[in-house]
Amino acid sequence: MTAPHAPVSVSPEEARIADKPRLRRFQQASWDEKLIFELGSPGERGVLVPATDPSIGKAEIPAALRRAEPPALPEMSQQQVLRHYLRLSQENLGADLNIDVGQGTCTMKYSPKINDQFVRDPRIAALHPLQDEDTVQGVLGIIHSLEQLLKEISGMDRVSLQPGAGSAAIYTNVAMIRAYFAARGELEQRDEVITTIFSHPSNAACAKTAGFKVITLHPDADGYPDIEALKAAVGPRTAALLITNPEDTGIYNPRIEEFVRIVHEAGGLCSYDQANANGILGITRARDAGFDLCHFNLHKTFSTPHACGGPAAGACAVSEDLAPYLPRPTVEFDGSTYRLDDDRPESVGKMRPFYGVVPNLVRAYAWIMSLGAQGLRAAAETAVLNNNYLLHKVRQIPGVSIPYAAGRPRVEQVRYSWEKLHEDTGLHSEDIGLRAADFGTHYWTSHHPYVVPEPMTLEPTESYTRADLDEYAAILAEIAREAYEDPETVHTAPHRSTIHRVRPEALDSPATWAVSWRAYRRKVLGEAGR
Amino acid sequence: MTSSQDSVHPYAHPYIPNAVPAVRQAMLEEIGAASVEDFYADIPDGIRLHRPLDLPAPLRSEAELARHMEELLNRNTSTRQALSFLGSGCYQHHVPAVVDEVVNRSEFLTAYAGEPYEDHGRFQALWEYQSMMAELLDVEIVNVPVYDGFQAAGTALRMAGRITGRRRMLVATAIDADKLSRIRDYVRPDHDVTVVPVDPYTGCVDLDAVREALAAGDTAAVYADTPSALGIVDEALPHLAELAHDAGALFVVGCNPLTLGVLAPPSAYGADIACGDIQPLGLHQSFGGGNAGFIATRDEETLVAEYPSRLFGLVPTTVEGEYGFGDVAYERTSFALREEGKEWVGTAAALHGIGAGVYLALMGPQGMREIGDTILALTAYARRRLAEVPGIEVPYADALHFADFTIRYTGGKTAAEIRADLKDRGIFGGVPTGGHEAAYCVTEVHTKADIDRLVATLEEIVK
Repeated sequence: MTAPHAPVSVSPEEARIADKPRLRRFQQASWDEKLIFELGSPGERGVLVPATDPSIGKAEIPAALRRAEPPALPEMSQQQVLRHYLRLSQENLGADLNIDVGQGTCTMKYSPKINDQFVRDPRIAALHPLQDEDTVQGVLGIIHSLEQLLKEISGMDRVSLQPGAGSAAIYTNVAMIRAYFAARGELEQRDEVITTIFSHPSNAACAKTAGFKVITLHPDADGYPDIEALKAAVGPRTAALLITNPEDTGIYNPRIEEFVRIVHEAGGLCSYDQANANGILGITRARDAGFDLCHFNLHKTFSTPHACGGPAAGACAVSEDLAPYLPRPTVEFDGSTYRLDDDRPESVGKMRPFYGVVPNLVRAYAWIMSLGAQGLRAAAETAVLNNNYLLHKVRQIPGVSIPYAAGRPRVEQVRYSWEKLHEDTGLHSEDIGLRAADFGTHYWTSHHPYVVPEPMTLEPTESYTRADLDEYAAILAEIAREAYEDPETVHTAPHRSTIHRVRPEALDSPATWAVSWRAYRRKVLGEAGR
Repeated sequence: MTSSQDSVHPYAHPYIPNAVPAVRQAMLEEIGAASVEDFYADIPDGIRLHRPLDLPAPLRSEAELARHMEELLNRNTSTRQALSFLGSGCYQHHVPAVVDEVVNRSEFLTAYAGEPYEDHGRFQALWEYQSMMAELLDVEIVNVPVYDGFQAAGTALRMAGRITGRRRMLVATAIDADKLSRIRDYVRPDHDVTVVPVDPYTGCVDLDAVREALAAGDTAAVYADTPSALGIVDEALPHLAELAHDAGALFVVGCNPLTLGVLAPPSAYGADIACGDIQPLGLHQSFGGGNAGFIATRDEETLVAEYPSRLFGLVPTTVEGEYGFGDVAYERTSFALREEGKEWVGTAAALHGIGAGVYLALMGPQGMREIGDTILALTAYARRRLAEVPGIEVPYADALHFADFTIRYTGGKTAAEIRADLKDRGIFGGVPTGGHEAAYCVTEVHTKADIDRLVATLEEIVK
C-alpha cells in the first residue's frame, strides 16, 4: 500500500503539456539481447511432440544413417523462446510502424490486416495442394479470378501466378522467351537480351542465368533509356528486351512504343518489368505499349506484406503467342468448375512446387476486390500525387538534386542525388540513411551500381498521409541541416538504434566471415572441436 | 496539359488517405499543378487506357469483403476437416503457436530490406536461423532462404557445375517429377541431366548403373534426395558419395530437415552441398504455398563464392558487446554485380526462415529426435498394417521410409477410383502415382487410431 496523497492543486498552466517537438523523439528498442545459443539450459523444452502408442513399436534405423550426436540446438522453455523473438521483433521496424517511403523501388504500401486473416484461416492455411479439385474450388476460384483481374490490368491474354516472387517471375518470362525461340528453331541465333541499367538487377541476372548474353543500355543525357544505343544493340541476335517503365528513376520513357517496335522489327520479344506499376494502374497497360510479356510483384503493387524479404509472389502475363509456354499446371474454368491442367506439352514446366505462393495470391485478390477499377486508379493517382508532393518538398532541401529530365514530372518514385551535399560535407547517402534511423524511419540508398552519384530513391505510394510526407521531408531537411552545421552527428549516427555502426571488414574475408554460430566460435573465438 | 476531366472522381478509400478531395486539392495547389494529369504528361495519349478497367465492382467495406471471402473459403475442405494422408513435398505437421505468434508480428511481417540499424531483429533472427540449420546439418554455411526446395536443388547443382566446370548432372534417387522439371529447366543452358533409374524392386539407388554412368566422365554432380520421392531413406547414400568423389564430381543431397534429429545429416556421409525445403519446420501447407529452400555447405571459399543468395554474417559494431550483422561476400551477388553476379537474388522467402528458426528453438535436440522417431515409427506401422490388407501390396519392403510411402492395389479398382472412394469417406490420400499405385504420408499429427481407420476403410474399398 502506498501512502495516500495529500491533495494538491495545479494551475492550468502547470497542467498543460508542452507541444510535441517538430521531429519525434524516437528510440528504437534495444534489449541487448543475447544470441539464441547463449540462452536456455540443457533439458529445457519449448514444445512437446505427440507420444506414439507403445504398441506400434519403433523403426529400425541402419547404423550408417543414424545421427551420431544430437544437433546442438538451443534448449529453451516456451516462454524464453517467445520472449527472445518478441525482443527481436521490437528491434525491427516494419512498414506498419514507420513512414516507409525510403525503400524506393519496393512500393512499401499498406498491407490490409483483414487480408492476413483470410490466409490464416485453416481453409487456406491447412489446404494440401494434392487434394481433389472438388475440395478446393474456393482457392482455385481465387487463383483463377486473380488471373482474370491481372489480365485486365495488364491487357494481356493469359496469366500464371506460379512464380515465387518478382525475380522468379522475371526468370519465368525469360524461360518462356527461350522456349518460344527454341520452338521456332531460332535459339542458337537469338542469344542476346537487352536491358537497361535502371532496371532491377534481376533482369540482367535472370537473362544471364537462362543462358543469354546481356546488353545493358545506359541513360541518355535526359535520363531516358538511350534509343540510339538500342538501335545499335538490336539485331538478328536479339531475343528480347527486358525493360521497366517508369524506370527506377521514376522517369516514364515516352518512346516506349518505339522501343517495342524496334525490337519487334528485329524479331525479338518485349518483356515489361512492372515492378513500378503502382503509379500507372488503370492509366496505361503493358499490352497497350505492345509488349508480349510482363510481370508484376504482388508484394509491391498488390499490397501483400514484404515479410523481411519474402515470401512474396510473382505474376507473369503473356500474349496468346506465348501462352503455350506458361508454367504448368494452369487453372481452367468451364463456367461451373475449376480444374488444374497439367497437360501442356510446350510448357516451360514447373517454376516452383505446386501452384504459387497461395497466401499472397489470396491477399492480392482481396486487395484488388476491395478497390475495384476506381480504387486502383485512385491508388495510382494518389501514389503519383504523393510522389510529386514529396519531390516538391525535397527539392527545397540544400544538397539534394534531381538528376535527368529537368522539369519533367516523375511517376511513382524519384531517384535523387546527394552529390552536392557529399561534395560540401564529405558525407555519403548511406550516412543520411543511418541518421534517418534515429528519427524512426527507414532509408535505403538505391540499387548498385550508383549511376546517379550518392543516390536516394523515395517512393511514397498511396498509403501515407500528407502529414507523413511532411514528416519524412522534415527529417531529411533536418539531416541535411546537420550535415552542413554539425556533420559529426550524422557521421556517427545512428544514436538511437538498437546497435551502433557495424564494422563490416570481417564480412569479406574467409578467415573471419561467420555465417553461423559454430563458424564464429571456430574462427573468431578460436574454440576447437566441432 | 490534359484537363482533369480524365481523372476519376476522388475516392477516399480507407487505404488511400490523400484521396480525400480537399487534401488532394491542397497538395496539388502546393505543388502548383492543375491536376494529377500533369504528372502523367510523359505517357503518350496513344497508349493511354481511355476507359475504366473492366473489373468487378469493389467490395467497399471490410464487412463486404469478409463476407465475399467467407463464401469462397467455404468452398474449400481443409485437412483439419478431413483425415489427410497427403504428403509428396507438402507436409501436414503441427505448427507450434509461438511460431505463428512471431511470424505474424507486424514488425517482421511488414518489414523488408532495412539496414541493421532499424532491422537488427531481422538480421539476428535470420542469422540464428542459419546457425540452427548449420547445427542440424552439421556444416558452417547455410543461406538466407531461397524460394523453395526446387530452387535450392537447381542452384546447388549449378554451384557444383561452376566449381567443377563439368557438364553432366546425374540424379541417382527417385525424384519428384515436378522437381526434376524445375532442375532441368534451371540448369539447361550449361548442363545435361541424366536420371539413373533406381532399382525397381528395392526402390534404392542402383550403384552399378551409377558407376556405369560416371564412367562416361564429365560429371559435375551426383544428386540424391533423402527421403527420396518414394519416401525411402537409402542406405546406399554413403556409397554414392564415394562413387561421386572418385569420379571427381560433387555429391549434392536434397534432404528433409525434419528427419535430422535422428538421421545423419548429408555432410556426415560425404555430401558437399545439402539442400532442401524447410516447409516441414513449422510452415503451414497453404495449398502448397508455404515452401522455402535452404542450401548448406562447408565453410570453404570455393563453395561460399558460388552462392547466389544472401549469407548474413556476425560482426562487431563500434560499441563493445554489441552484435552486428551484414552480408558476407556481397560481391558474389547480382545485387552487387547484376549479370556478373552468381545467378540472381531477390525477394525470396526470408520470413519462413525466421519461422523455421523459432520452430527449431522450440523443438531443441530432444524435440527433433522425438519427432523423427515418431514419424519413422508411424510410417513403419502404417506400411506394416496396410501390407496385411487383402488387395494391397507395400513395395520396397526392406527400405526405411520417412513420412511418404507408396502402396500398390492388386484388386480391380484403379488408384484414382480408390482415392475417390476414400474422399467420400472423409479421407484424403492415395494420390495416384500410376494406374494402380498411390502415394500416402503420415506425420506426427496422426495417431494409431487414424492409421487404423485408414486401414479399415481401405479394407472395405479395395477389392
